[in-house]
Amino acid sequence: MLPALVGLGFLVLPVVGLVARAPWSTLGTRLGEPQVRDALRLSLVTATAATAICLILGVPLAWLLARVDFTGRRIVRAMVTVPLVLPPVVGGVALLLVLGRRGIVGQWLDRAFGFTLPFTTPGVVVAETFVAMPFLVISVEGALRAADQRFEEAAATLGATPWTTFRRVTLPLVTPGVAAGAILSWARALGEFGATITFAGNFPGRTQTMPLGVYLALETDPQAAIVLSLVLLAVSILVLAGLRDRWVSAP
Amino acid sequence: MSLQAHLVVRRGAFTLDLELTGGPGEVVALLGPNGAGKTTALRALAGLVALTGGGIDLGGRPLHAVPAERRPVGMVFQDYLLFPHLSALDNVAFGPRCQGAGKSEARRLAGEWLARVGLAEHAAKKPRALSGGQAQRVALARALAIRPRLLLLDEPLAALDAHTRLDIRAELRRHLADFAGVTVLVTHDPLDAMVLADRLIVVEGGRVVQRGGPAEVARHPRTDYVARLVGLNLYRGFAAGHVVTLGSGVRVETAESGDGEVFIAFPPRAVALFRTRPDGSPRNLWEARVDGVERHGDQVRVHLDDPISVAADVTPAAVAELGLSEGQVVWVAVKASETHSYPA
Repeated sequence: MLPALVGLGFLVLPVVGLVARAPWSTLGTRLGEPQVRDALRLSLVTATAATAICLILGVPLAWLLARVDFTGRRIVRAMVTVPLVLPPVVGGVALLLVLGRRGIVGQWLDRAFGFTLPFTTPGVVVAETFVAMPFLVISVEGALRAADQRFEEAAATLGATPWTTFRRVTLPLVTPGVAAGAILSWARALGEFGATITFAGNFPGRTQTMPLGVYLALETDPQAAIVLSLVLLAVSILVLAGLRDRWVSAP
Repeated sequence: MSLQAHLVVRRGAFTLDLELTGGPGEVVALLGPNGAGKTTALRALAGLVALTGGGIDLGGRPLHAVPAERRPVGMVFQDYLLFPHLSALDNVAFGPRCQGAGKSEARRLAGEWLARVGLAEHAAKKPRALSGGQAQRVALARALAIRPRLLLLDEPLAALDAHTRLDIRAELRRHLADFAGVTVLVTHDPLDAMVLADRLIVVEGGRVVQRGGPAEVARHPRTDYVARLVGLNLYRGFAAGHVVTLGSGVRVETAESGDGEVFIAFPPRAVALFRTRPDGSPRNLWEARVDGVERHGDQVRVHLDDPISVAADVTPAAVAELGLSEGQVVWVAVKASETHSYPA
């Protein structure tokens, strides 16, 4: 019993502390500060863009893992989950090595289009996508595996092509899984720090997202750090509520 | 439009090897125990299982080379598989949509089909809000809405309770009579097969063991499985005129005269039981041991064993009079006039 209570306290107390020390009286003005507003806007935009990319690339990848029996599937699945366990800062370094100005792919991008990713807003999106995509793939793959494949057979006997079947039968059946995966990915992207600061740097208005802002503010203006943290806390709670609703109402 | 199929599907140790024909408007039932390969045969016709050998010809067109979604085949699955996220109407409209009909046209067609199965007022309901019988009718409407040339029904009544089953069976019979294409029906219920089918194919262990009209199969079963289904005692023996000698040495007199290897069959109600050797006419008479006694409708079914296994239906009064109990030895008499023999 005691270890359980200690564990609970350990998890809950920091959050309580954050709320207790918040400068509630000046919260409104602080939230209105351009620095905070910029960071919040950038975070929301990049996390949403990253989630969109996760959906576009991750759903087909999940389908491949769940439905196509190919050799090396286990290895591919393991590779998909690597960003999940990789320290984000290592992910950032890896992204730099591939997509940096002298990276394997980045070099070519620079030469062909005069375009470089690191230290730009798209770079932030890339870093966030890298760490968030596994959440989506795993969630959607699980949903696809759990879905009754005989509905797809029924669709085939009704004349549906594989693409129509996927669009009109499979996808609607796994919507709860896709939504849960998207919310998890979005939350992960929103909180992303290590890969972002390594790959995209810390330029206010361009690559300085909320978590980076919190870290920087802690040294210069601790009150601002608390305000930014509160915003992230509020978002986390909203995500949790959103997921719960999804799971409860799932068919 | 007729169907000629030779379905060969090998899966591990199991081999399905089944020849199947059907004419326009004809209903063919595949009857057999679980695991006989009936559903596999249906899935092969639908294109959901690849053939290992043989082929399917529907109206002169080789169907086995066509992918499932381009076969003119409608299928009603055992648990219907209505799409849970679509209304009854959109479930039925799904097929016409896939065949290229516009949204409103497909929905109009679907509405017609729902009306035809008597569900017009349930069109907006999701499958989970439908009763078993309603879901079955939506599934039938969905399969028919693509105007198939071949209709496949996998245990169409198995998921229904006894009362609903009666209604739906009669209704299904009416819809099948209206259907111009070939129908192949899978069931393990002899009554469904007898009522719905024009022809029966009995499948056991992936092979055809008997085929014929329902009445023919019911009268002249050729395997123990079929005999049990239609409620007859069945034996193999060697006939010389009206007397058939069974493998166990029991000699039985039959209504028909025959020669050589024959089957003999008689119903359980043709069997009479006595405590002591009866006098007079019964010629098919032997002593047997009671193996079990159970209720069977308003009769009591007595299972007898040694020298041959026989089912006898007697009245509860007779059971009381005879004081029947397991292990007891009784005299068994079978009416020769109800004992039929036919070539094996």
